[in-house]
Amino acid sequence: MTVELGHFALVLALFLAALQAGGTWWGLVRGNAALARLAAPAALAQFACIALAFGALLLAFATSDFSVTLVANNSHTDKPLIYKLAATWGNHEGSMVLWVLILAFFGALIAYGAPRLPQDLKLRALAVQGLIGAVFVLFILLTSNPFLREAIAPFQGEGFNPVLQDPALAIHPPLLYIGYVGLSVAFAFAIAALWKGEVDAAWARFVRPWILTAWAALTIGIALGSWWAYYELGWGGWWFWDPVENASLMPWLIATALLHSAVVTERRETMKSWTVFLALAGFAFSLLGTFLVRSGVLTSVHAFANDPARGIFILGILGLTLGGSYALYAWRAPLLKSHAVFAPISRESALLFNNLFLTVSAVTILVGTLYPLVLEMITGDIISVGPPYYNATVLPLMVPLFMAMPFGPLLAWKRGDLPGVARRLMTVTGITVGGLVVGFALLQVRDGLALLGATLGIFIITGAAKDIFDRLQLNRISLRRSWNRVRGLPRSAYGTALAHAGMGILIMGVACAGNLRSDEVAILGPGETVSIAGYDVRLAETGELQGPNYIAEFANFDVFSESRLVRRLQAERRFYPAEGQATTEVGLHATLFGDLYVVLGDRQGDTDRFAVTVAIHPLVRWIWAGALMMCFGGLVSASDGRFRIGAPRPAKKATTKREVEPA
Amino acid sequence: MRRRDRRLIMIAVGGVTLLAAAGLMLTGLSNRITYFYGPTTLAALATPPAAEIRLGGLVEAGSIVRGEGLVVRFSVTDGAATIPVTYEGTLPDLFGDRQGVVIEGTMQPSGIFVARHVLAKHDETYMPREVVEALRASGDWRGPEPLEDQ
Repeated sequence: MTVELGHFALVLALFLAALQAGGTWWGLVRGNAALARLAAPAALAQFACIALAFGALLLAFATSDFSVTLVANNSHTDKPLIYKLAATWGNHEGSMVLWVLILAFFGALIAYGAPRLPQDLKLRALAVQGLIGAVFVLFILLTSNPFLREAIAPFQGEGFNPVLQDPALAIHPPLLYIGYVGLSVAFAFAIAALWKGEVDAAWARFVRPWILTAWAALTIGIALGSWWAYYELGWGGWWFWDPVENASLMPWLIATALLHSAVVTERRETMKSWTVFLALAGFAFSLLGTFLVRSGVLTSVHAFANDPARGIFILGILGLTLGGSYALYAWRAPLLKSHAVFAPISRESALLFNNLFLTVSAVTILVGTLYPLVLEMITGDIISVGPPYYNATVLPLMVPLFMAMPFGPLLAWKRGDLPGVARRLMTVTGITVGGLVVGFALLQVRDGLALLGATLGIFIITGAAKDIFDRLQLNRISLRRSWNRVRGLPRSAYGTALAHAGMGILIMGVACAGNLRSDEVAILGPGETVSIAGYDVRLAETGELQGPNYIAEFANFDVFSESRLVRRLQAERRFYPAEGQATTEVGLHATLFGDLYVVLGDRQGDTDRFAVTVAIHPLVRWIWAGALMMCFGGLVSASDGRFRIGAPRPAKKATTKREVEPA
Repeated sequence: MRRRDRRLIMIAVGGVTLLAAAGLMLTGLSNRITYFYGPTTLAALATPPAAEIRLGGLVEAGSIVRGEGLVVRFSVTDGAATIPVTYEGTLPDLFGDRQGVVIEGTMQPSGIFVARHVLAKHDETYMPREVVEALRASGDWRGPEPLEDQ
């Protein structure tokens, strides 16, 4: 019964979303204020309906109601409750309901959570949100209905892919969706701005927290996926340039560009049409990612049941979004006039430089992701574009960007002093060169890419620290007065420094883990030892064990460092009878400077000897620690007080002095 | 500096970056892509490609031989042709008879495919799309129509 109620609520949400879009549009065009103001209550009611639908679905999964086809196909009574719940969004249909739930929640937030948002902007943004919501709920109801019943309910469900039964992966999709859907809010505001024909500082101040939140969620969502791949897939890889990973990385790159260009739009009221362009592109990339994942046009390890009808529907949405929004852009963007000018060396130009490299990187990845599709259509050859392509194209684009990162925040608005900034970065450069020498001479690192990455990372981290150091005037005024300045600095300054430093940490992790990895493969019986990088790993015992919904072969390892026992590790090979699948559980000894990674391989015949792979992943934790810091920096920035206070009133804006350029 | 000059500088910087990126992409796409072959197409080639390729198909039933240490020998088939493969290392969890596999490696002139990497697939019903295409091309596809490569 609750399932039918959920189904009904979802249908109702479709009509409410249509009302929110159509009614508001009609009301605004015809000047019918009462009709237009229905947008806010419609958004709230739509959220309530979708929450009800999602709740019904959660309940069906929690109670293992196998009369629902979706539950029968994706769950099993033997599973722990947390994974029964996570299975709700671990499949295509349920994840789409979660998608529209987040969309409707954000809609309700725009409607009731931003009292200072100008009414005309709010209603327009809500109309666009309503349209997106209506299209996606329609998509669910027509092609991916989660509430369909089985004619005869099976006694047992078919299970849920065991590699997905993992805490990190349970929260990975919701975080990514917060990111994608957050970008749809930026999209809605961009369309609203084009509709209104005006972009000002107020607009940018309302959009920036959304962009920052979406970006932070995407960052940590992608990082969680990578962390999961590292410990779950059993060979220590953390990034594969898989089409589905690219599908999340492209919106991330665009969102990163957007959050930087929105700074310029807010602070200097310029680069307006570019910011709007990026806001449109961000959502288009999110949709493209959805299309790539759900349509099955590309081969990927990320399994979702695919259905050509869904692919065509999403392609239709993508086409309409791209065509409609960019037609509107071509028509209305000339209205978005920017008056402020800036010199080629200035904060604005630095941010433009950042945007240029980030968007070009996204396009490069797009080409690599779509090229196999195009080639197969034209010539019939099946190819795969793998890591070598991306490493050869994206890395050279990233190096100048990373080198510029410490300079940007130190450059002044309008007209910057590059030699002056270079002088201020003298200490930073000194520390960086010192780091390079330590890496080369003391740590004996001979890998060029690892050294380059680590050096860039140190440069960025110390550069971020230097920015805060200078803002607090630490060596110029007394410590007490500096301390007073600590609380006076805007949160966005801390956010920038944290996010930049996080990026530096991430770069160091990627460079070292990617290039300095070492491994040993051996056949071990009990009592035998394999050595790697100062560790002696001894196979202590092997056996079999019974888990809640799996059986496993396990091996215990004693890890010695300089003849001292430092850790006992267990590695497993699990078999899940319900799903008929096997997984590997690796043994991990994690330290700040690197992980020891132990994988249990095949049993050798009927003996108690196993193939064992031991690997060292230097600085691998820094990748996710850096991402976590970036996410935190984004959230600190988003919580900056001035976003809540709102924009300066137009009266104040009129008094702002504008630079008058000699003709 | 006049406004027009500034704009020119920025357009020039942007243009150079775009050109450089386009150059990187073109060289990347011409040198660094991996071609996919099924056993029949690979066996039909007079001279196998020297570069690393991907080979996809089914593990022939009963062909898996575990030799000295970690060396594993097996054959990949699409029903019409069979390619012998050697691989040294740990195999993915679901490796076994009649499982679909995708293998990265190089074809030796001797006719043996030396695998560098056996791609892990974690679902027993998963069949890489390339394998399905290769099997269908050789008429050995027994799966559902139209293709459902979950």
